Order: sequence, then structure tokens, then C-alpha cells
Amino acid sequence: MAGAAAWWSSCTANTDCESLQAVFDPASCPYLLRAPAKLLGEAVLPFPPALAEVTLGIGHGRRVILRSYQEEEADSTIKAMVTEMSIGQEDFQQLQAEEGVAITFCLKEFRGLLSFAESANLSLSIHFDAPGRPAIFAIKDSLLDGHFVLATLSEPTPNSQDLHFSEPCRPAPQRQAHSTPQPDDFASDDIDSYMIAMETTVGSESSRTLPSISLSPGLQPPCNSEGEEDEAEAELSTVPGTPPPKKFRSLFFGSILAPAHSPLGPSPVLAEDSEGEG
Amino acid sequence: MKFRAKIADAACLNHFTRVSCMVAKLARTCTLRIRPHALNFILADPAGGGVSMWCELPQENFFSEFQMEGVSEDNNAIYVELAAENLSRALKTAQNARALKVKLTNKHFPCLTVSIELVSVSSSSRMVTHDIPVKVIPRKLWRNLQEPTVPDADVSIYLPVLKTMKSVVEKMKNISNQLIIEANLNGDLNLKIESELVCVTTHFKDLGEVQVDIRKFLQFLAGQQVNPTRGVCNIVSHKMVHFDLLHEDVSLQYFIPALS
Repeated sequence: MAGAAAWWSSCTANTDCESLQAVFDPASCPYLLRAPAKLLGEAVLPFPPALAEVTLGIGHGRRVILRSYQEEEADSTIKAMVTEMSIGQEDFQQLQAEEGVAITFCLKEFRGLLSFAESANLSLSIHFDAPGRPAIFAIKDSLLDGHFVLATLSEPTPNSQDLHFSEPCRPAPQRQAHSTPQPDDFASDDIDSYMIAMETTVGSESSRTLPSISLSPGLQPPCNSEGEEDEAEAELSTVPGTPPPKKFRSLFFGSILAPAHSPLGPSPVLAEDSEGEG
Repeated sequence: MKFRAKIADAACLNHFTRVSCMVAKLARTCTLRIRPHALNFILADPAGGGVSMWCELPQENFFSEFQMEGVSEDNNAIYVELAAENLSRALKTAQNARALKVKLTNKHFPCLTVSIELVSVSSSSRMVTHDIPVKVIPRKLWRNLQEPTVPDADVSIYLPVLKTMKSVVEKMKNISNQLIIEANLNGDLNLKIESELVCVTTHFKDLGEVQVDIRKFLQFLAGQQVNPTRGVCNIVSHKMVHFDLLHEDVSLQYFIPALS
């Protein structure tokens, strides 16, 4: 989109600021999940609007699980409700991750990017890695190619907030000695209930690693396709780890059209470039 | 202690959701009592001891499957305390449910687990699970949570349409915090407020009268989404007002003490 490119460059020329490129590579992420944004939009509906973070992982039977993440104070007596959504793998266009893999990220930002992708009727690809490594949410259509990079919670101290998505089945503890498991459709429920261990209250702060963004002016990110223009402003954190970890890091949009072509189409010109180039 | 129940019918689910929303509008925490034939939502009056709301749901009108085992054979009941909003929120996510199961579980702490099987386009089912933390109420506290006896009223009167009363009382709330409810056996019901500037007195014979906190009355009215099948107001003069509503098969009693 020539209009957009000119807008960016005139902006930087006037204010003498550097053009920042973030370096990230979805291809370096071992895990991938792809589904229509609509499916994921529906999947986050049951979660309370105020919920800050959500954990996404692969559970038993290769079901994709979304679970509310609660950061509980050690001395808190008030426990929060935990909501979990479980979706069969058949609903996903691509699922490249083994059972037990999980990441925790900001739900508010996830909802935001989902509503954008839903409105454009796009599929969302989630490229992710180990907890703590950034997760890349990618959408693509004929006009744009978007990557949303979100920080994920790095694994806290063991045996505290681990989500054992592939914990082996254990029988439900019986409170009454005389009860025997009944062969009704409830029989499997008690086992299901205990399959996924709940987060326990933890006193230690969990550390978060922010995505490593190296700023090199003028360099194109290696993962972009040919003819792409990628200019964006990345928010700088001068001291890694101290800014609010939930802050949305950066939003990258690049046109996949070569600079010479301006799309004739409904894409609005946000600002005419001052040089008057078409 | 064990509790498992299943709702398979959409109308039953909607009704149950409406009841839980009403309870959530009345208080932050409530007690759920589970017995073999009925569920009760109980609100204890924090100030005066005793019960301020008593709601009874006959179990067979809601659940297609229902199993419970109380604390002991002699005390075949379960009393748990929970945040009412958690339950109403969990039930509201079951709008397109094929089935809803609720059960008492222990996931590091006691929970009421609501499992919802959603209708899904594809062959695979989608499940939503809510684990609502609950506090088990020990047997020694049960005596404070028993069904209150219906008081000997001075006047009993059928209620007018609740929505109408609610809109009137909502406007009155801006003028005064104190509402006087008067009724006589001729079927006249007065809702009166008095302020320094305005004082309206109506003289009736043989009136039952009580003065209550208007906000409590409004809170009660605000929780009623649907007009009840039958609604009775019992006034014990200067002591309390007791509302006895019947919504299809759910009975609800609400008590507001008089302002001292």
C-alpha cells in the first residue's frame, strides 16, 4: 500500500526518528495451531470479561484447552472461579503440538486481535514455543499480513502452577467408603475432573520474559515474504522485565504488494503523502 | 458427601439460570442446600440473624438425573456457601448447551463444578467447565439456615405486578431511604415515602403497616425478572414484611425487617 508506506516515511523524516524493525520468526517456533478466528472467538466467550490471562494448551486426547489463569496471592482466602474450554482437534485446520504443551498470555489482547481477525473472516495461526518465549499470532489475506507478538508467562517454580495437561488418569478420591463407581455416564466425569491439576496458591512471583526484540534500523525481518514492506514502531523497554508484562508489545502490518503497485480498491488512504507521489 | 446432577432440557436450564441470576442480584454470597428432593438457595440476614431469603427448587422439576449423599445418613444434606455471581455467570454460558452437569468435586479445594456440553457444528463436542469454589458449612451452623416459620401476619395481600411497583419505588428512592408499606384487607396497598418537605398521610382502618429500608425492597424487586404466578405480601405491623412468591414450581420467600 503505497499510501501507507509514504505515511510512515514522511512521519519519520519529519521527526528524525529511527525506523524500528522487530526481529521475530514464526518459523522458529516448534508448535503451531491454526483455526478460523471465529472458532477461537467463540472459545473465549465463556471467560469473564475482566479476566487478564488465559492458558492455551494441548490436553488429553489432543484436545485444545483454554483455561482461565489466576494469579493468586499466597494469603488469599478468596479463590476465584476457574473456567475451561475444551475443543476437539478436528475443529482445527492445523495442530502441530504434543499433549502437555501450554502457554499463558494476555487474554485481553488475544480478544482484541481475535475480533479483528473475525471481522475480516480470517484464520489465525498461533506459533508458539516453550513458556516464556513469545507467541506469534499471525493472520494473512490478500491485502495484509499481520503478526501479533505476545509475551508468555515463563514457567514458575515447579510443583506450583504447572498445568499438567497430560496427567495420567487417576481415580476420584472416594469420600464415602461404601460408594462404588456407577456405570452411568457420570462414571467418567470424576476421572475427568481430576485429570487436570488445578493451579495452587503460590507465593513466589512468576517471572515473565519479554520477547527479545532487537532493533536494527532498515533491516527487513527475515520471515517476510518478497515485496513486503514492514515498518512499525516497537515500544522500547529499556530495562527488560520491568514494564508491565501484560503490555502489548508491537503490532506489525506489512503489505504483501510490491511498493510500485497501489491497490485500487476500497483500502482508504489514511494520509496523503506530502511529496504528492501517487 | 457427594452430589451429581444433570439438566438435559433447555427450558429447565433457562429457568434454573433465571433463579440463580435472581439470587445473584440479592446478595454476593449465598448458601446452597442440597437434599434428596430439593435444592435451596438461602440468604442469611447478616445483621439480625435468621434468614432473609429462602428459595426452594423441587429437584425433579429441573434435573433429569440427581444423586446426592449428605454428610451422614442422619443428616442427609449438604450445605455449601458460594459466590452467587459465579453460579449465575457459569450458567449463562450454557445458552447453547446440549446438557449441563453439576457436581461437587474436590480440586485442591471443594468446588461446585459445572460442565457444559455445547452444541457444536462439527462432530467433536465442545466442553466448557467452570469450577466454582465453595465453602462447606459445618453441621453446627446449620441451625441458622433452616426454613423460617411464616409469621402470623396482620394483613395478607396479593401483590400487584412487580414491574409496576419497581418503577414506582425506583423513583421514590431518590426522595427518601425509608419506605412505608401499608395494606388493608380490602386489597389496598400503599407505598409511602415522607420527607421534610412533603408528608402525605392517608387514613385507613385496620391497617397493617411496616417501615422498611427502600433499598432492600428495591433490591428484591430488581431481582424478579418475571412476574410470579402468585405473589403474597404478609405484613407484621412494625416488625417485618414477608413476600411469598411462586414462580411456576419454585417458591421464594423474602423477608425485610422493619427499620428500628
